[in-house]
Amino acid sequence: MSAPVDSYIGLSAVLFFIGVIGVIVRRNPLIMLMSIELLFNAANLALVAYARAWVNDDGHIFAFLVITVAAAEAAIGLAIVAVTFRSSPRVDVDEVAALKG
Amino acid sequence: MIGFWVLAVALIASAVFCITAVKPVYSVVGLLVNFIALAAMYLTLQAEFLAVMQIVVYSGAILFLFVFVIALLSSGVRPFDVGPDKAPRIAIPAIVFAVLTLAIIAVTAIRTTRVREHATGQATGEAGVGVFGSVANFGQALFGANLLPFEITAFILMVAIVGVVLIAGDEGPGGVVRRKKRRAIEREPILRPPDQPVKKVTQ
Repeated sequence: MSAPVDSYIGLSAVLFFIGVIGVIVRRNPLIMLMSIELLFNAANLALVAYARAWVNDDGHIFAFLVITVAAAEAAIGLAIVAVTFRSSPRVDVDEVAALKG
Repeated sequence: MIGFWVLAVALIASAVFCITAVKPVYSVVGLLVNFIALAAMYLTLQAEFLAVMQIVVYSGAILFLFVFVIALLSSGVRPFDVGPDKAPRIAIPAIVFAVLTLAIIAVTAIRTTRVREHATGQATGEAGVGVFGSVANFGQALFGANLLPFEITAFILMVAIVGVVLIAGDEGPGGVVRRKKRRAIEREPILRPPDQPVKKVTQ
């Protein structure tokens, strides 16, 4: 007997909450990107839990697409971090105000 | 049931460790534990293929990318992870806002999760088409009714690859500008008399 869906959704909400805190409070761009990965994972957990509740594979498909988009997002975000850091070595995203690379 | 709570504690603890760690490398370790616990959580939800994908894509590819970028940036003048990373003034309203978001999510979830627990989805121990959560079923759904989203996924990945090469590569527009700048710096003498005007660098 597995846990009810409510438990999974609650856990997903808590993980999303932790990720939001990380994105807003931390100023290190890498840790912000990792917090965004936490957000993706929380959403995926909710999708899979609902798929289990409804016995429907569509949630799995959607979670798969989210994983793909997360991979693309991580690659582009890290490239931007690398370029920004190469032009001016700063680790505080508040200081990076110029749009020129 | 006990497995769920163990995994839930592991997930929350590793997520908190990830966002509170001082150095990004420690955050990566916390994130790794988080991803593996989430993969186990997917297994308890009968999502076998997604559990494997979680390990391969997240723990394998994305975390590797993070570690690679940390190593790349730390090889410069100073370590990347010595930033101030002060808690800004926005921290208090941010936490209030996040708590509000959590409350909204919780209320919405409580109001919408009153779905019937179908009894037909129990694991039968055999894998095959028609069994919920099996890889065969997932593949049939992915390449059958959802073929177009799957192909669009390939397009998204290609756009991401091209974009990354354009942003960070040495051959893109930004790369050309950087190369010219570097060349000009190399040609310019470092010590020059202050009264002489700087000569234009002629190509």
